[in-house]
Amino acid sequence: MRYSKAVRNILLGMDNLRLHKLRSLLTMMGIVFGVGSVIAMLSVGEGASREALDQIKKLGSNIIIITSVKPSDDNANDMRRTRMSIYGLLYHDAKRLRETFDTVIRTVPVKLIRKDARVNVRHLEVRLVGTTPDWFSLVRRPLVAGRVLSEQDMKKRKAVAVLTEHGARKLLAVESSLGKPVRIAGDYFEVVGIIRNENIQSGSLSTPDQDADAYVPINVARERFGDMFVKRTSGSYVRELVELHQIIAEVDASENVEKTADGIAEMLKRSHMHDDYRISVPLALLREVERTKRTFNIVLGSIACISLLVGGIGIMNIMLASVTERTKEIGIRRAIGARQKQIVGQFLIETIVLSTAGGLIGICLGLLIPWLITFFAGMPTVVTAWSIVLSLVISVGVGIVFGIYPAFRAAQMDPIIALRHE
Amino acid sequence: MTSQITTECPADPNEPVIELNGITKTYQMGSVEVRALDGVSTVFQKGDFWAIMGPSGSGKSTMLNVLGCLDRPTTGTYILDGRDVSNMNDDQLSLIRLRRVGFIFQSFNLIPQLTVQRNIELPLYYLDWSVKESRKRARELADMVGLGDRLNHRPTELSGGQRQRVAVARALANDPAVILADEPTGNLDTPTGKQIMALLEDLNTQGKTIVMVTHESHVAAYAGKHLHMLDGKISATEDHS
Repeated sequence: MRYSKAVRNILLGMDNLRLHKLRSLLTMMGIVFGVGSVIAMLSVGEGASREALDQIKKLGSNIIIITSVKPSDDNANDMRRTRMSIYGLLYHDAKRLRETFDTVIRTVPVKLIRKDARVNVRHLEVRLVGTTPDWFSLVRRPLVAGRVLSEQDMKKRKAVAVLTEHGARKLLAVESSLGKPVRIAGDYFEVVGIIRNENIQSGSLSTPDQDADAYVPINVARERFGDMFVKRTSGSYVRELVELHQIIAEVDASENVEKTADGIAEMLKRSHMHDDYRISVPLALLREVERTKRTFNIVLGSIACISLLVGGIGIMNIMLASVTERTKEIGIRRAIGARQKQIVGQFLIETIVLSTAGGLIGICLGLLIPWLITFFAGMPTVVTAWSIVLSLVISVGVGIVFGIYPAFRAAQMDPIIALRHE
Repeated sequence: MTSQITTECPADPNEPVIELNGITKTYQMGSVEVRALDGVSTVFQKGDFWAIMGPSGSGKSTMLNVLGCLDRPTTGTYILDGRDVSNMNDDQLSLIRLRRVGFIFQSFNLIPQLTVQRNIELPLYYLDWSVKESRKRARELADMVGLGDRLNHRPTELSGGQRQRVAVARALANDPAVILADEPTGNLDTPTGKQIMALLEDLNTQGKTIVMVTHESHVAAYAGKHLHMLDGKISATEDHS
């Protein structure tokens, strides 16, 4: 039965703290709540940003999305009501993009057309997405049944469609309808596959991915429906000519993404008269989210640190009182032969034991609170390992910082006076 | 590490344990300089039992503080067990107290939250003894002072006489060169006081050097040698042994 010196000292410290159970417990409370709130706050912040990051990461970080935007030309609407507005990205743009930049591995054109789809008597407005097979490898979606579009479909200009799960369910209700036809705006398409759709909420980053999407080969879509979009509503007649609604460009390496995006902006600026496109870079957004997250963490962290500071001051206060109360004991120990540093060690260990115990209880609290938040408020929370390590380190640190002054006060007492103290 | 309780060898009368040479101690009390010790020179031999006597304010307590290395003399040299301790720093003095001095106080000065066992072990803890060794030693010492069955009691559960016995056991734990007792019977009734003095006398016959401060002559009678102090000076020494 041979303890190491350190373990023995810690046990002795615990013995002393156990003498005043209530006092020790109350003293710890500051640290308990401080550590608990540090972990809880960081977990809420982490949960929120993790959600945003997940969405962006699903899109892939090595891509650049260029979206057609109708230029804000108010005159056109009023004066020349019947005029056709021509804007947006061109087939040509996609090709030029691929040819101009070495860093762009491939481009995926996307054409969006709203059409009514019909299976027997069921009908549903779907968004027809004309694209290439590359879309499926770039924007990964789990396949529920069948297959995705293939190069063969493109070459042979097959009238095939891949539906999203929700759309398929609404239209067909059964999965066994693979191979059956779906009528979209008067044309029949064979359903070859069903993919699961992901919920992407962030507005700035929408890939063509909605409840009811029908993916068809882009050349087929162009052939059948053309580039013209005509919308008649009461009193207005809008004609739009848009070749491509979106171009997704994949870049070879993440460090080239931003450079390439700048290059694309420069190129499009030259060839487009109007500002009729928008370039979004998930990677840049990722960085932005991470920056926001860091700021968020710093703000929340410092609020929580204030409560730790208050807890620390509470500990110091009690330890100073304890030193005064135990003056006689200090005198006895010094007379027996304890050196100053041993007295410092004794009181410092007591403070550290106290604050570490507080920290450990605080960690339990910090694990419980996020769970409650998720359970009752439905907010996502993520408790990270580093926040636990950090708060434990901080609570030990608080013990050292706020314990050192009382400990030195204890050690520097004149043993003769301390002995006489009653 | 041996746990030898007492030094069995007979005292060599020619070996000095304490040598004081022209010790002075002055305190600054406001603007007045108080000379608590004024040129004290004396030698205590190994195995002696000294009683330091004198009226209050004569410098007895200061003398004991200096002897116990709790205080440094202002001038003069103090050689304890062959080592000059007059100019040692705080750490060195602490080590000297730890290894060579055993204290017995008037108010016992046990640590209330520690058990009898732990109180006796205290010097051994600072001496870095192993838990096992110091337990064994504490048990032996408690047996010796007749408190072997009280090891797990706290001081508050003991009578005054028992507390002083614990204090004696603690003073012996480090096998000191000298035991310093400050009015050891001051807080005890006469019969209990006699028991404690008998215990000290017993230790002295086993070869321990004891220096005791007292103002009661019947207590001083247990000591073989008397040293009278007055106004910070030694006024007389008597040898009754």
